[in-house]
Amino acid sequence: MNYSGEQLKAIKEFLYKIADDQLIIGHRNSEWTGLGPVLEEDIAFSSIAQDKIGQSLHIYELLHTLGEKDPDSIAFTRDAKDFKCCHLTEYPIGGYDFSLMRNFLFSHSDHARFEMLSASAFEALANIAKKYKGEIKYHIMHADTWIKQLGNGNEESRAKLQAALDTCFNMALGIFEDSEYVFELKELKVFDGENILQEKWFESISLVLGDSNLKIPDKSSWKPEYGGRKGQHTEYLQPLLDEMGAVLRLDPKAEW
Amino acid sequence: MIILNKISKEEILKALEDVKDPEIPTISIVDLGIVTGIEINDENFVSVKLTPTFAGCPALKVMENLVKERIEKLGVSGVEVRTSFDIQWNTDMITEKGLAALKQHGLAPPEKHNGLIQIEFLEKVKCPYCGSKNTDLKTPFGPTLCRSIHYCNNCMQAFEQFKPVV
Repeated sequence: MNYSGEQLKAIKEFLYKIADDQLIIGHRNSEWTGLGPVLEEDIAFSSIAQDKIGQSLHIYELLHTLGEKDPDSIAFTRDAKDFKCCHLTEYPIGGYDFSLMRNFLFSHSDHARFEMLSASAFEALANIAKKYKGEIKYHIMHADTWIKQLGNGNEESRAKLQAALDTCFNMALGIFEDSEYVFELKELKVFDGENILQEKWFESISLVLGDSNLKIPDKSSWKPEYGGRKGQHTEYLQPLLDEMGAVLRLDPKAEW
Repeated sequence: MIILNKISKEEILKALEDVKDPEIPTISIVDLGIVTGIEINDENFVSVKLTPTFAGCPALKVMENLVKERIEKLGVSGVEVRTSFDIQWNTDMITEKGLAALKQHGLAPPEKHNGLIQIEFLEKVKCPYCGSKNTDLKTPFGPTLCRSIHYCNNCMQAFEQFKPVV
């Protein structure tokens, strides 16, 4: 399909947002490599990280075919203000309770997003989405198991998860910050919109949290943490990007 | 110019049987089901499409290079290998020969899922050593993205499964 300049701009912005989310949460999850509370969790977070970083790569490659720079330059040479990831993905790993809850909330939106995109009129994206949703199913399976186990564990484990949910919830609502191109994307049948995605997400996390003795914060306290989609980030993103791009900046011609 | 000895798809597929998955050297990429397109133009230039088993599979670039090297040996005018998602890989695309090759490598092969993954596929996997189904899933994530870790209560050994993916 041939898109006009303005339409292409809308699509590119949308792709950046998705890929940046995958790349940044992937890097954050990889910070558990070697530190996981048990060996299996170390491997689980490392594998989930590898999946998500790989998923960002193929979307950056798609952006490259649309005229953007090569994937390595996109991933490792931009500054924070050029990134479109949501705040939820940026925060340091914190305790395992925080990382687990973040990954649970994020992976459910991730799965719902790629499920929606499987029907996108932008065929190259739909094909990728069909592939990714099968992989992300394993991320959800992992997250749901732990949320249920710990939510229904003892008072300490439940209290920790509830506190993590309370901390993460407004950050997670920031996933669904709408783009100025929301109508263009809908009109092109590329994506039906963040509102619909948020509804699907809410439905699927509610089912699991309901089975886990955990309470979703009351709607009156919802204050979505927006800004990420517009390039306004937390103080934690730039140091992460500096670290991620350190090797490339040291020697741009190095093979690695 | 008419090329008399234009190479056929069959010849290329046969040559690609020699290219193995670098992480599971008993299975060829053809039996793994990741070769999703072969085109040969009138000038004997070959384009191959490979589709990743997992988006984050680090072996993909290695396999692309191996494919290129193998086909170049066939005396074609040029080779191009591309990653493609036109056809999305799933474990039902592994051939019967491929499933046997996985077992030979000590991995429990994935069950046919026909598009639907059920939890039983992961929980009571047949042990590749003794054949018992008295096994437990330890973790769905293993040493590579495509493997899960299980334990056989019968022969008391840990084993890995090539995990089912839709």
